[in-house]
Amino acid sequence: MRTSENSHKLLEEVYKSLFLIRHVEEKICDLYPTDKIKSPVHLSIGQEAVSVGVCKALTREDGVMGSCRGHAMYLAKGGNLKQMFAELYGKRTGCGKGRAGSMHLADVQAGVIATSAIMASTVPLAVGWAYAQAYQNTGNIGVCFVGDGALDEGCVHESFLFAKQKKVPILIVCENNEYAIHSHFLTRHPSKDYILNWASSYEMKCKRFEDDDPLALYDYVGGVADELRSGSGPQFIECYTSRWKEHVGPGDDFKLGYRGTEEVEKWKRKDQLIRIGKLLKPTVKQKIEQNVLKEIQEAVEFAECSPFPKPTELYENVYGGENE
Amino acid sequence: MSRIISYPEALKEAMTLEMESDEHVFILGQGVDDPKAILGTTAGILDKFGPKRIFDVPLAEDGITGIALGAAIAGLKPIHIHIRNDFLLLAMNQIVNMVAKMRYMYGGVHTAPMVIRATIGKSWGQGPQHSQSIYPMLMNVPGLRIVAPTTPYDAKGIMAASIRSSDPVIFIEHRSLYYQKGDVPKEAYALPFGKARTLAQGDDVTLVGVSQMAIECLRASKCLNEVGIHAHVIDPVTISPLDIDTILTSVKKTKHLVVVDNSWLPGALGAEIIAACHESQDCDFKSLRLGFAATPCPTTPSLEDAFYVDGVSIAKKIYHMLRHDSDWIPNTIIHREEVEFKGPF
Ligand SMILES: Cc1ncc(C[n+]2csc(CCOP(=O)(O)OP(=O)(O)O)c2C)c(N)n1
Ligand SMILES: [Mg+2]
Repeated sequence: MRTSENSHKLLEEVYKSLFLIRHVEEKICDLYPTDKIKSPVHLSIGQEAVSVGVCKALTREDGVMGSCRGHAMYLAKGGNLKQMFAELYGKRTGCGKGRAGSMHLADVQAGVIATSAIMASTVPLAVGWAYAQAYQNTGNIGVCFVGDGALDEGCVHESFLFAKQKKVPILIVCENNEYAIHSHFLTRHPSKDYILNWASSYEMKCKRFEDDDPLALYDYVGGVADELRSGSGPQFIECYTSRWKEHVGPGDDFKLGYRGTEEVEKWKRKDQLIRIGKLLKPTVKQKIEQNVLKEIQEAVEFAECSPFPKPTELYENVYGGENE
Repeated sequence: MSRIISYPEALKEAMTLEMESDEHVFILGQGVDDPKAILGTTAGILDKFGPKRIFDVPLAEDGITGIALGAAIAGLKPIHIHIRNDFLLLAMNQIVNMVAKMRYMYGGVHTAPMVIRATIGKSWGQGPQHSQSIYPMLMNVPGLRIVAPTTPYDAKGIMAASIRSSDPVIFIEHRSLYYQKGDVPKEAYALPFGKARTLAQGDDVTLVGVSQMAIECLRASKCLNEVGIHAHVIDPVTISPLDIDTILTSVKKTKHLVVVDNSWLPGALGAEIIAACHESQDCDFKSLRLGFAATPCPTTPSLEDAFYVDGVSIAKKIYHMLRHDSDWIPNTIIHREEVEFKGPF
């Protein structure tokens, strides 16, 4: 029996995290028509389980980095919910003081080191961050989430080489939702195995998950984390998943015709949120849901009540202090 | 006979006509053949010409730029499209070290007839990494032609010229300009590089605006009309090589020059134009540079007005320059919705 299924506490945590991410994203969809969130939103609906499975296997001090589709990663790693909503609203109480918006979320206290709107730009960043952990013997590891599109950038490959050569404690997780905007994986790559073959050629230990089962990911990443902490060098995971919403924005996009509804329906039928929910006692499940919905409501209210940055604060954080 | 079309339609027409008349022209870039068709600018091109002439590429900006260059020196005419200027920064090595120097470095043996299109984003939380302009960085590099047309008429004509040119052309667009409509002839035509366009006549101040800032300058000129100040509004259209003569002719009359960049000020077009006019030593004039505040672009809407200049703030600066009064506020109501872009993308 897998370790993860032994633990009720873990199941509850996984469910809470999945439910939180799903309902935060749905709240954003509800709010979007009000124009209060003036930020492009790359929603994680459908992809929650990858972040949850991986992040639950990490310590709070381990660091995660990812792209502008970063809400799931931020929340799964324990990023502050109030500061996230305030950031989406452009308020000065946001995690980036209103300068970040949806695309540059970070909560360093929770190990959410950075997300970036330039595809793949956080891959070298994550390798460097993890390198610094080994250098300073912190015992922390880094995890970088990267899309199947971003993975093609040259800096990813340059980073793989460095990570391998220096035995950097980093796990690279490719979230393969099969699309880069509207472009299918196979129009950009010759075969399904291409990504895994690539990663293997850097002599990294690699594994593919055809499904986004968060418990299977949790179990596997737990083992990987131990290996990384022991200094055995970088590893790679490719995990299939599915983006249910449009590339950016709150709607769906089946009217565009680049993909059929069945592709997504197939994933909706094995929705991990529903599956994990069924493993919990109904009373426990209900309690979790009530608490999470209350937390979301409070976060939205916090964002609504928070002040905007003032024009006089425009030049904040461009440089450090005068005397440095 | 007048025929009003939009900015993206003008770009699409120019590319389609050039692809019809020259089979060496082809389009590549992320999402160029997808259902959104680069905001309509490549709509219908796949159906008309097939996947050999227009195709999607992986996320690999530097490599694809080099590949386009290789195709160009072998006789093809690539058009490489990016939906943001910011993504071009990943291709700086190929653009600056290779593309710009192809003709020169090999003694004229090679040419690089390629067009690199890239859009500037603005508003709706585009933030620090989706709102930058790249022309000031590239203006510094000999060998590149850089254009940034504002009107649909110029967009079509300068796109045709860019495709026909044997030099590499950086073609800068602005997301907000996609709402512009204008009179555009149906047939193919090319406009010369290095020829500025006068958008409004006036003798009191010379007002130069790059790309979308040309629209804001026009709005400023409308505000200033109410107090009897008449601005001569110039859209450079081509940034490299620059049409200094048109600007200088006006400055000689007005003795006041204001340049509004679509970027930060250091080393940008304002500095360049003002220096070039001074170097001509033909006239004495007062000058002012306007553009982005010296910070990365804030995401929150509450800082946007402090970061960007617009018609009203430009008008106020000019009023202060000419009448030494910083309290004046124009009465003219400016309808932003006409040009402002509303997200998500
Ligand atoms: C360097 C760079 N090139 C292009 C883009 C435009 N862009 C934003 S998201 C995206 C697709 C990314 O696909 P993938 O990595 O699979 O992530 P997903 O959106 O599927 O999560 C592209 C091309 C960008 N942001 N950065
Ligand atoms: Mg993808």
